[in-house]
Formats: sequence, C-alpha cells, structure tokens
Amino acid sequence: MTAQPALSPPERETLSPPAEADLDLLLLIRHFELTLLRLFDKGRLSGTTHTCLGQEYVPVALKPLLDEADFVFSNHRGHGHFLARHAEPYGLLAEIMGRQGALCAGVGGSQHIYHHRFLSTGVQGESLPVAVGTALTLKGTGALACVYIGDGTWGEGAVYEALNMARLWRVPLLVVVEHNGIAQSTPAAAHMAGTVAGRAAAFDIPHHRTTSTDIGHIRAELAPLVAAVRRDSLPLVAEFATHRIGPHSKGDDTRTPEEIARVARHDWYTRYARLYPEIFEPCDLRARELVERVAAEVSARPLSVWEGP
Amino acid sequence: MTRVSAHLNGALHDLMAADPRVHLLGEDVRDPYGGAFKVTKGLYDRFGDRVRSTPISENAIVGVGAGLALAGRPAIVEIMFADFAALAFDQLVNFAAKSTAMYGRPVPIPLIVRCPSGGNRGYGPTHSQSPQKHFIGVPGLHVYELTPFHDAGELIAGMFATERPCLLFEDKVLYTSAMYTGGVVDDLFRYEIVGGVARVFHNDDPAPDCTLIVPGGMVHRALSAAWELMLEQEVICELLVPARLYPVPDLPGLNRVRHVCVLEDGTEGGAWGAEVARVLHPRLWSTLRRPITLAGAAASVIPAAPHLEREVLLQPGRIKNVIMEAIS
Ligand SMILES: Cc1ncc(C[n+]2csc(CCOP(=O)(O)OP(=O)(O)O)c2C)c(N)n1
Repeated sequence: MTAQPALSPPERETLSPPAEADLDLLLLIRHFELTLLRLFDKGRLSGTTHTCLGQEYVPVALKPLLDEADFVFSNHRGHGHFLARHAEPYGLLAEIMGRQGALCAGVGGSQHIYHHRFLSTGVQGESLPVAVGTALTLKGTGALACVYIGDGTWGEGAVYEALNMARLWRVPLLVVVEHNGIAQSTPAAAHMAGTVAGRAAAFDIPHHRTTSTDIGHIRAELAPLVAAVRRDSLPLVAEFATHRIGPHSKGDDTRTPEEIARVARHDWYTRYARLYPEIFEPCDLRARELVERVAAEVSARPLSVWEGP
Repeated sequence: MTRVSAHLNGALHDLMAADPRVHLLGEDVRDPYGGAFKVTKGLYDRFGDRVRSTPISENAIVGVGAGLALAGRPAIVEIMFADFAALAFDQLVNFAAKSTAMYGRPVPIPLIVRCPSGGNRGYGPTHSQSPQKHFIGVPGLHVYELTPFHDAGELIAGMFATERPCLLFEDKVLYTSAMYTGGVVDDLFRYEIVGGVARVFHNDDPAPDCTLIVPGGMVHRALSAAWELMLEQEVICELLVPARLYPVPDLPGLNRVRHVCVLEDGTEGGAWGAEVARVLHPRLWSTLRRPITLAGAAASVIPAAPHLEREVLLQPGRIKNVIMEAIS
C-alpha cells in the first residue's frame, strides 16, 4: 500500500509566536524566492530555478540545530537551505544572475553551489553517498553531515546504497526529507510504494516524522535526536510532511486550482500574518525592502568573471 | 510551420496508434504535464497505461524498457535530461546492448531511449550536456540524433527495425525551431536526404570549399556560419547531417570534398568527431589537403551564466574561424 503523509488541517495547529530572527529569515527566503520568479517574468533571469515557497520553515527550524563544523548537502530546491546556513543573499543572487560577487563565479548557478561547507547539486540522489563519505571523516568529532532530499528522490537507488553504508559504518548523517507529496508533477502516491519510515526501518535507521510547521515545536522534537546523531554517530532520517505551494520551477504547476488552494492553507506566511500581525508586518516590510535592495544592487553589477575550466 | 518538438510528438502519437505493442515511460511524461519538454503531451490521455510516469529511477526505468522489449513490447524511455543517461549507463551498456548478442544468438531488444540534450539555455552544468560521445563505440548500441530534416516517424520506425537498443538525442534548442520541408532551407540553401543523411547545399549545388559534418542540434549554428562565410568571404560550405551518429553511416557527396570539419556540442577530447574522422580518413586520405578538423565545446563544465556558457559552447563565430583556418 502507498501511504501519503496525513495532512493535519493547518487551522488546528496553533503557531507559537515566532522569534523575530526566525521570522526575519523566513521572510528573507520568501521574498528572495518571489523576487526570482518576478525577475524571470521580466526576462531578467535565464535558465531555470526551483523555489522553496511554503517549505522555508524547514531549514529555518534546523538552523540552530546545526553547528559551524557540520557539512550541509542541498539539492535543486536549495535557496532556503543556503540562506538559512549563510546569510549571504547578495552572493546567492549574484550566483543566480551571473554577476560579480557570485558564490561560484556564476558557473554553478541556482543548483550548483559550494560555499563554506554547503554544497548543492542538481542530480537527484547523487549527494547522499557523498554525504556518507564526508560524514565518515566527521565521525567522532561531534560534527555531522546533513543532506536534504525530497520524497521523489527516494526513487534513486543511490539513496538506499548510501543508507545501508551509513548504518553499517555508523556515520553521523542527518537525512532531512522534505516530503511535499509531489515530485515535479508526479504525486507521491504514484512514485513511492510504502513509506519513508518503512524504508528507514529496513536499514535499522532511526526515523522521525513531523507534520508541524511550528518552529519551536520542531526544534524541541528534533534537538535530542540530532544530539544523538552526533553523540552516538548514527544516522537519522528526519521527515517533514510539508507543502510546495509554488510551481516546481516556473509556471509548470499542473495541479488543480483546488489542490493548490488546499496546500496553500498550510502556508506559514498567511498564518503568521493572521495570528501575529504586530510582529509580522514590520518584519515583512523589512524583508521586502532588503530583497528589493539586493535585487537592485546585484542587477546593476557587472557580469561575473570566471578564470576558466 | 511545425516545431520539431510538435513534429516528434505527432510521430509518437502515430506510432502508438499504429502499433498497440509500443509502450512509453519516463519521469513526468503523463498528462497534463506531458514531459519536461512537452514531447509526450496527449499520449497518456490517448493510450492510458501504455504511457507511464515513473519514479525518479533512470537506471531502473531503462531496465524496465529493456524488459518490455525483451518480452516483445517495443519500448520508448524518456530520460528527462540527457545528463541523467549517465545513471542508466549500466542498463544500456551491460544489459541492453550486450543481451542482443551475449546469449549466442540474436536477441531482439527494440528499445529507444530518448534524451533531451544540449545547452544554450542557461540550465547549468548538470542539465546542459551533450553526452553522445560517452555512448559511441559500444557494440550493439546505436546512437541517433534528431534533426530538422528527418521525419521523426521514419526515424523511430528505423530504430525499432534494428531490434537493438538505440539512444535518440534531441537538442533542446532544436525543439523550438521549425522542421524543414520540401527540400528548401532558405534563400541560399536546399537539402536532400541521401541514404539517411541530409545534404544541405547551395541552390546551384557548386562543389563546396568545406564540408561540415554536423549532428541535428548543430544545424542552425552551422548554417548561420555558412551564410556569413558566403556573404563575407564567398566561401561555399555544404552540410552533411546524419540522423545516425553511430555507427557512422555512409556519407553522400564525399567524392568532391576538399576539406572536412566535424562540428559537435560534445566537449573536445574523445569526441564523436574523432570517430567520424577514423571512418573517413582511410577513404579520403588521397583527396584531403589536411587532416579532418574537429571542433566541439571546450573541455569544460558548461556554466549556468549565459555569458560564460556562450564561451564554452560552439557558436557561429568560432565555427567561422575554424572553417577559415581549415581552408587557409
Ligand atoms: C537524476 C535526476 N533525475 C531527474 C531530475 C529532474 N528533476 C529535478 S527535481 C525533480 C523532482 C524532485 O522531486 P523531489 O525529490 O520530491 O523534490 P521536490 O522537487 O519536491 O523538492 C526531478 C524529476 C534530476 N534533477 N535528477
């Protein structure tokens, strides 16, 4: 049987008041992503991009659980992962726009970034074995390798080969699964037999699933588990039942309007705005203005320079 | 006018309608999405479960395609980006290609693996490659590339008729341009198809100063260089565009060549052009004034930023320089 993440009606989850720093970061990521889509529409960006609209809270919740010495592996939908790790929106946008100050000279672009122990690549499933190798070198140091993957990426055999070795060799590996129930256009029910939990269990790897979008709640749940990854040098699969409220990349959402409306009800943005307007509004304005400045400044920069292959 | 992607889509429709044994699978190929490049649009709605969206499992879906083919169901597998054909290398090379011969008798494996390839779209290093060269020289594995001249339906029928696994590369920029029909390219050039190879020549068919051998995805850049060379230098170029890249087919018009350039989007080094040159050199040795010229993308990753990507990939400007140097 296939199992979908049960969707708890978001109305029933009361969000605790957000810390201002968390809200700032959430909103920075949100406005960064919205700005990318706008720049695309205006023809000022080329190639492709995958925004994390709706999923921003995952890396924000994980932020204080990760240490400086940890290694983070990200995927195609990695802008939020990056900004939660490094507060460098100018460098990231410059990378995406191929401007001076780019993190990787504009060579990697949106999906291929390597910057201070943060590495992303655009080939699904490829990073998990690499994360195991890196985690091997971190064993016993208290640091870990964290790797983000989506539900669809569980289609790749490399994921299982890596999990097997991670458990056999007891490496400090934190696998963060952003289970948004869809891979590009394919719903999880059509791409995944069984569950993420069942798959982790098959390798005797601890698994934790959360449906919460409450940052404080998520941190409280995960803190002891992540501490155990470091202490006991054992992998952990941390699964988030989450929602992609935007398109896969740009303008390629073939879900029905009802389905899009259903996932949008989970959006932390509208819920925080409704529950805590006095905290939310000034933060929102601040983030909007910051990203506008970033976009204006970076767009005006000269093209990036690359030394060549 | 028919765009190349729509033409291919039509060919797939016709093929699946004509032969109920044919199956198609790939990531996100089902309607309403119809594949990342919309080439499979309408197929699921029309043919139901003969068209399957798959999990993200490139190696396994090529294996499934091979299994369908083994059991008498010609299969088409779409790999979303040609770069990910690397994940299916094992099934292609060690199973599909070998199983046609390693059981001591011919075993038919009518399997076509379609791979949208190529850059100039700013998709970055893992979504822009032209990895044809990695599949050249594998016994039992045939490599094709879509062109704006060849009828896609005939091409697919021909591939299935080999009863061997075939890769079909489809340039992503080519998708958006028009199919040529009726032997006319533009005001200067005409074309004819001879033995499966499109020969593109000046209206009055003069002997060319330089013969350009190019896969389908390179046609427009080669033509644009050929136009400029004609207008600026009165240099006459002829193009040979084979739909089958490997094994290299018999090429027409070679009896009157003076110089040959092979152009491709693959990176330089161990390239398709080297295989073409290997085949042609013994045949043309006495008539060529110098070795066949090879030009491709720089030996480099393909950057995401358009201004950097342009420098790495083969563009009309560099093609002109290469030709001028070759015939100097
Ligand atoms: C090996 C490989 N196959 C296919 C793709 C194309 N692709 C990019 S993202 C994606 C869907 C990924 O789904 P999921 O893992 O659920 O992550 P999400 O996009 O939902 O964040 C696909 C098929 C790819 N990048 N790499």
